[in-house]
Amino acid sequence: MIKAATRLISTAAIYLPQDVKDALRQAQESEKEELPKKVIGSMLRNLEVAESEKRPSCQDTGTVIFYIKTGEKFPYLNRLEKVLREATVAATAQTPLRPNSVNIFTGKNSGNNTGERIPWMEWEIVPGMDTADVTVVLKGGGSESPSMAKVISPAEGLKGVYKIVIDDIFEQGPKPCPPVIVGVGMGPTADIAMKLAKKALLRKVGQRNDDPEIAKIEVNLKDAINKLGWGPHGVGGETTALDVHIDAVNRHPASFAVGVATACWEDRRNTMRIRSDGRVEFLTHDFLNQEGV
Amino acid sequence: MVEHRFTTPIGEESRRLRMGDIVYITGTVITARDAAHRRALEILGRGEKLPVDFKGMAVYHMGPVVKKVGDKWEIVSAGPTTSTRLETYEADFLEKTGAKIVIGKGGMGPKTAEACRRLGTAYAIYTGGAGALAAKSVRKVKGVEWLDLGSPEALWILEVEDFGPLTVIIDPEGRNFYDEVRAKAKANLTEAYKMMGITV
Repeated sequence: MIKAATRLISTAAIYLPQDVKDALRQAQESEKEELPKKVIGSMLRNLEVAESEKRPSCQDTGTVIFYIKTGEKFPYLNRLEKVLREATVAATAQTPLRPNSVNIFTGKNSGNNTGERIPWMEWEIVPGMDTADVTVVLKGGGSESPSMAKVISPAEGLKGVYKIVIDDIFEQGPKPCPPVIVGVGMGPTADIAMKLAKKALLRKVGQRNDDPEIAKIEVNLKDAINKLGWGPHGVGGETTALDVHIDAVNRHPASFAVGVATACWEDRRNTMRIRSDGRVEFLTHDFLNQEGV
Repeated sequence: MVEHRFTTPIGEESRRLRMGDIVYITGTVITARDAAHRRALEILGRGEKLPVDFKGMAVYHMGPVVKKVGDKWEIVSAGPTTSTRLETYEADFLEKTGAKIVIGKGGMGPKTAEACRRLGTAYAIYTGGAGALAAKSVRKVKGVEWLDLGSPEALWILEVEDFGPLTVIIDPEGRNFYDEVRAKAKANLTEAYKMMGITV
């Protein structure tokens, strides 16, 4: 299982999900000017080099974050955290990944991407579930710059939310490595809104919210952001955002919290399913299943 | 948009660069991030010499993924880091070292733009995230200094071939391409608001 988890992390650093690659290709076609076309061209060429030479596509291999969905019937529940920690150390040495875990107070780099509660793990417990879906996200530093949570007056409403998102992307410009994927969360408190925004980023590019009304807002907000014209890496162009994902829960009558999160164009996420008999199936990249673990 | 191919040491030809142009560099590129800029300025401030001569070279805001094979370093991934953090140091650094091109991502501010105008230097971006592609144009690690700062912060002296495409953002006339794109984006804000029914 450590071997499979190590592979999950390593391959996340090397291969981008197909939906992101498709969206980048589409973005290149939709660009009108030579410069943004060229910039996306170098992104696509970079991905080819990363895959053919099996090296991390970006030197910032990010903070290692796991999203785990499992239940009390999963037989390896008590071992999973340790497995993922050890896999992080192994993947750092083998891929290799850049050591990106720095102590807040001393500034010391641990050298292996672990540290105080790092890799970070988000657990979702589903009663009765006997498998575990483990998603790793390698979160780059630059694409954290637009992250924010804000509590607005309910009177500002949804339009207040849209303005916050548009202003944020306008303000950050080239910093988060656009074209970005934007996650927007809404709810009663700042932490809930932020968590929803982050988890919305786990969706595939192009995968709309199940609610058709929210789905419509996602598309409109993406178009509005792209109207700004920052373009790939801020050189000007049609695509500043590849997609917008919104998630919302009910709020408190007196508080309306908004969370905004972005993923850079190198949206590195990778999911595997561990079955109750220990067999592993890779869900994001089907080809990983053929090579054998 | 003009394409340039430069070989280091770069001399007065850097003055030909204009914002939005594309550059490829062959020769020596030296990495330096926050800690390295800070230390370099301290050393130069004391009137001492740096372990490597930056004159005519390109300084690259980058912390690589590295691998040591035997006693040789190998660059695995080498895309740029966010340059805005270096704004405090860069004007001084360019003035005191004689480096000709600054490479990073995300843009730099008015202090650097003023230094570029005064010194005939330029700031260019490499496509952020394109670390594998960047590493492919590194022919050799010629040396490394200040490893005590941690590998991302050390000075990596790299021999590169056709390193690019780099997009010129600040040119030797001191013009900043990102200021212009930002101004256009700002003008488009009203339209973006309107699309979402926001009135301001």
